Amino acid sequence: MQGNTACAEGALAAGCRFFGGYPITPSTEVAEHMAIKLPKAGGVFIQMEDEIAGIASVIGASWTGVKAMTATSGPGFSLMMENIGFAVMTETPCVVVNIQRGGPSTGQPTMSGQGDMLQCRFGSHGDYSVIALCPASVQEMFDLTVHAFNLAERFRVPVFLMADEIIGHMREKLVIPDTVARDNRRPLIPGSLPFKADADLMPGFPAFGKGYGVHVTGLTHDERGYPCATSPTVHEELVKRLVAKVESVRDSLAMYDLVNPDAETVFVSYGAPARTVMQLLHDIPGENIGHLRLKLVWPFAESLLGRFPNAETFIVPEQNLGQVAREIERHVDGEVISVPKLGGALHTPGELKAVLEGHR
Amino acid sequence: MTSEAWLRQDRLPHIFCAGCGNGTVINCTLSAVEAMGWQREDTVFVSGIGCSSRAPGYIATDSLHTTHGRALAFATGIRLANPDLHIVVFTGDGDLAAIGGNHFIHACRRNIDITVVCMNNMIYGMTGGQGSPTTPYGALSTTTPYGSGEPAFDLCGLAMAAGANYVARWTSYHVRELTRAILTGLETPGFSFIEALVQCPTNYGRRNRFRQVADQIEYFRSHTMLIARAERMKERGEQVPADVILSGEFVRRNRPALGVRP
Repeated sequence: MQGNTACAEGALAAGCRFFGGYPITPSTEVAEHMAIKLPKAGGVFIQMEDEIAGIASVIGASWTGVKAMTATSGPGFSLMMENIGFAVMTETPCVVVNIQRGGPSTGQPTMSGQGDMLQCRFGSHGDYSVIALCPASVQEMFDLTVHAFNLAERFRVPVFLMADEIIGHMREKLVIPDTVARDNRRPLIPGSLPFKADADLMPGFPAFGKGYGVHVTGLTHDERGYPCATSPTVHEELVKRLVAKVESVRDSLAMYDLVNPDAETVFVSYGAPARTVMQLLHDIPGENIGHLRLKLVWPFAESLLGRFPNAETFIVPEQNLGQVAREIERHVDGEVISVPKLGGALHTPGELKAVLEGHR
Repeated sequence: MTSEAWLRQDRLPHIFCAGCGNGTVINCTLSAVEAMGWQREDTVFVSGIGCSSRAPGYIATDSLHTTHGRALAFATGIRLANPDLHIVVFTGDGDLAAIGGNHFIHACRRNIDITVVCMNNMIYGMTGGQGSPTTPYGALSTTTPYGSGEPAFDLCGLAMAAGANYVARWTSYHVRELTRAILTGLETPGFSFIEALVQCPTNYGRRNRFRQVADQIEYFRSHTMLIARAERMKERGEQVPADVILSGEFVRRNRPALGVRP
């Protein structure tokens, strides 16, 4: 099965019943498969007039209590940014799939890229924190999409599936389990304040149509949900909580594969380039080379880097000019070698081997 | 008068300026909603950004105050995900016709079952009086200091051409007519668009020779012409004055609607 189709199947298995989006290469197969399957599953598919409307319809649907998603690529992702901030501010569970292509601008519609990794983390205005998953196989397109929905429900944040064109259009064997674990948002206890957080820093969800009479606004709001845009205290407490509810659990959220933890040289990868690293390690079995493959990039769990106590060098191949390499540099004393590759083609094992030999 | 049960008493007083026309439109809308017999728990008010869009914050139902121009796109998601809810969108001329123009066209085309009440004050009131797509030709605003050099948008003509099932225009002077039009909009399946011209004494009136609040309301009264009368004048070969506010029901039809339970 194709990666994008596997993503749609994962969404259906996770309980997604609303898709609002706009066609864009190389993500369109996600929408096309949802257009076929969602009506049969009792859900709704709508092709909106642009990506701004796509994410808006998803947020609207989510407030009725439905699990909702959209899928896009670079230019559409840029258009969604304002409403993604709205979803953060209003704590709306939703899943945004980005099958990354080459940018900036229209760039390379049919070629792979990873240039949106920082945009998904910082692209909307203001301070916030989100969750981003990076699949490296067709199976993970399914598994991590299911996981994305569960995280969105648990943490009431937009969760990004930051795949790339290679994984999205690749065909591999996919095993669809009979059942998958599903999380559902915790309903608000009637009578309690709609935006007053519980001990886990999250408020219960007051779905529309249930009699809560909740006001939801992108303005800075108090625990009643009412606009309170000029109070420095209310704003600071709200934004700090929105960040903390994600960042405070980043170690427990971490998803990764870890190879050779005693290595002195360690590859750190995510998405398609991880496959090249795995191939290289397979080709040179005698060498003690470490590999940290991140399946969840944001929030970045820097403690994972400490799992390689002997590491002197981290090598980070990415299909961008070093977006996550820079994040790693913030956290380690040793050398960080960024191996960027633009243009859409995957790093070859030979190219990574040359980097390995060059630094020794 | 609307019963107080529909208002969030703990949010009052509101932020609207003295003399603002928005309160009249909110009152007309809630009267129509009450006449429909809708319950608060089944009703959702949605809005974008601007003075008009603050209205849902004062209404004691579920309400979604969204991003600038996008209210209709959010409302489309709510409508399709739960066709049992009643949805009213409050918007303004800047929110709907400028930044939200594309969503407006497509909501009309889809004929999605939503009622839109547009408070058209012909100005960006919230940000201090900049020109909007409905600022009349020649009118003064902070961004048209020498008079607007652009023709104003005919919102009802746009809604009609794009496919809405119900389209009407009244003003804040025409309380009974406006309430009745909103009620018809709520009753009509599909997309209903009701434009309500409202006075903005703070940012429009005082720059455009309406020295008192009542002056602009009187202007609305004296310049309103029923659509039927204008049609009769045209049939007789008479010239319809350019500055009249054409009012009444532009269209009521039964195109297939989206978001209605079969």
